[in-house]
Amino acid sequence: MLTVWAILIDGLIYASWLFLVAAGLTVIYGVMRILNMAHGSLYALGAYAAASALGWYYNGVGDQLWIALAIITVCAVAIGALAGLIMERGVLRLMYGRDEVLMLIVTFAMLLILEDVMKLIWGTTPYFAYQPYAAMGRFNIGVLTVSGYQLMVVGVSVAVGLALWFWLERTRVGKILRSIIHDREVSEAMGVNVRRMFTITFMIGAALGAIAGGVTAPIISVVPGVGVEVIVVAFAVVVTGGLGSITGAAIGALIVGLARAVSIHTMPELELFIVYAVMATVLIFRPHGLFGQAVARKI
Amino acid sequence: MGHITPQAGLRRKLLSTATSIALVSAGAMGISQATHAADTFKVGLVTFLSGGASGPFGVPAAQAAETVIKAINAGELPAPYDSAGVNGLQLESVVIDEAGGPTKQVEEYRNLVQRQNVNAVIGYISSGDCLAVGPVAEEMETFTIAFDCGTPRLFEEVENPTYLFRTGLDAVADNVGAAHYLNDAKADAERLAGIQQNYAWGQDSWLDFTLAMEQLMPDMEIVDNQTPQIFQGNYGTEISALQTSRPDIIHSSMWGGDMEAFVAQASVRGLLDQATAILTTGESGLHRFKDQAPNGTILGGRGPFGGFMPDNDLSAWFSKAYEADHGTPPSYPASKMAQALLGLKYAADNSGAEGIPTSEQLAATLKGASFESVSGTVDMGLAGGHQALQPMLYGEYHYSADTGPELRNVRAYKGECVSPPDGKDAQEWIKAGFPGADCN
Repeated sequence: MLTVWAILIDGLIYASWLFLVAAGLTVIYGVMRILNMAHGSLYALGAYAAASALGWYYNGVGDQLWIALAIITVCAVAIGALAGLIMERGVLRLMYGRDEVLMLIVTFAMLLILEDVMKLIWGTTPYFAYQPYAAMGRFNIGVLTVSGYQLMVVGVSVAVGLALWFWLERTRVGKILRSIIHDREVSEAMGVNVRRMFTITFMIGAALGAIAGGVTAPIISVVPGVGVEVIVVAFAVVVTGGLGSITGAAIGALIVGLARAVSIHTMPELELFIVYAVMATVLIFRPHGLFGQAVARKI
Repeated sequence: MGHITPQAGLRRKLLSTATSIALVSAGAMGISQATHAADTFKVGLVTFLSGGASGPFGVPAAQAAETVIKAINAGELPAPYDSAGVNGLQLESVVIDEAGGPTKQVEEYRNLVQRQNVNAVIGYISSGDCLAVGPVAEEMETFTIAFDCGTPRLFEEVENPTYLFRTGLDAVADNVGAAHYLNDAKADAERLAGIQQNYAWGQDSWLDFTLAMEQLMPDMEIVDNQTPQIFQGNYGTEISALQTSRPDIIHSSMWGGDMEAFVAQASVRGLLDQATAILTTGESGLHRFKDQAPNGTILGGRGPFGGFMPDNDLSAWFSKAYEADHGTPPSYPASKMAQALLGLKYAADNSGAEGIPTSEQLAATLKGASFESVSGTVDMGLAGGHQALQPMLYGEYHYSADTGPELRNVRAYKGECVSPPDGKDAQEWIKAGFPGADCN
């Protein structure tokens, strides 16, 4: 019974983190049809920015938890949005209308460039900013102990999911974005400034990636390449859920998170295999993912 | 360190463009890349300057090389290395990033020997790189020291070596030493669990360790072993699984940022209050853990390196000089690089050569030799005189804000206790109950 509870709790916690990582990726693909390989670098940028700022804050400036959490949020959003703006205006804008595969290669190039830029800025030494993680304490559930910070990540993930739903379903900008998703050309013909919407979308998607990194920074050691590791599992989640679907990303994260937890608690040697086994199984029966929709190709 | 997984291979591939930056970094560190001259001895240094192994291992090793080479050239080392240069020649280095995988490293090695005309090569943290480069070193007849890689297969793949040496211990010694330490210090422990990175290094370490535990503490019950992906970073679910299996001891061969992240997360969640962790590479976090690791956590340093260095003139000089140059005490990878360079200086100074010693002269001098180092006396007593035989040490981590980090209850196990006799298969030796081991 304890193992079942542990699987459910761990699965939920990991799924929340996965959703945070994958949300920005799927938002950008859903609106812009760009499979953004550089999303991992945006995650890493958020992690480095948060870890650096927390290091500065806890090194004699203060030790208030709520200020530390505010620092994480502000730094991640700022660096993610700024990097997104530069990437979209500086590179992607020049490529609109090209084949999706070309866009994939362009974002892969940006990933390589950003990885080296981060090494130039932050070097290769690991950054630790564990203080918020430690400060939020832990809760005992039987012999299982869960950290308060992990529970907060669940809350942040739910909040991000609800905010995205509200933004896309209940705001004017969201309605415009949905019209772009349905038909980019008709939207443009109706007077929608698609390029401006693309800039906004990419900045928000980039900020979401950076927030995921910022929130994760107090849990991990932030090292070069941390974003490259994340992008692989983020792709597995969004492909399982259906590229471009927020609901799909959430369900995909939940399925992958629970499957991984089952594996770790019962057959740890299958931990690596299980994530991709889930993805492959879903794609066999639903080639576009759980919530993905087949789209007729325009010629 | 160990072999690198396909995932890590992908990662290194993605980061391969960092090589150019790494070379710039090497220049910034003041490592000379000047052209070869007749009065210089040119050594190729290969270490991770990018990727996940660079921060905890590669860069400290490169920094140690910078410090030691500077002192060798200035004649500032303590005796017996107080003569300037190597065999009177200024030591010049060419630094190469180890990132990129074994195939790339073989190309880099050939480039070092054929185009850069190096006289010797020191390098290799990844066991995969060691295994790939070892045969090439023999083929190209170039004096080569593997300074850190831990695979016990190195001298199985390169039988009867002439030019290839390793001045550090292999992973068998790490894990046999860990089992001895637990048998001596935690004899009442009953339940054992592990967490290892899911690639050859982690798998081999766990196998060697559990085989040794079956011999030394046969009543210990193995309750779990977690195998997360290398560079995973977040170990929440693994920690839950370990908690539910209620171990007394947790063995881990995880290294670098992965190891430090696991310790921080497990500590916050109370796992390390419930069980004592024994970390075979934990010393690399000695000066970084602070209050993240609970007192009593057992650390190893892959031999008498870093915080486990004995008190002698060389270790005192190295600790002081390294900290002055780089602002932090040397960790074990730094000490191991220093040891390899001292091995090179020993071989060159005692080669009897006039001018630049040949690879044959260097190899003949170092083969089976005993030389002084930051870790004490190094006996090249294994693999036909090509592999170092040294003690393995473990100790408990203790930290307070007033005293900083300390290692207490340190126990040393002789090389003859933790390494199989020359020519013996390690796992067969462990399974047979360590025949011929001298642990007294």
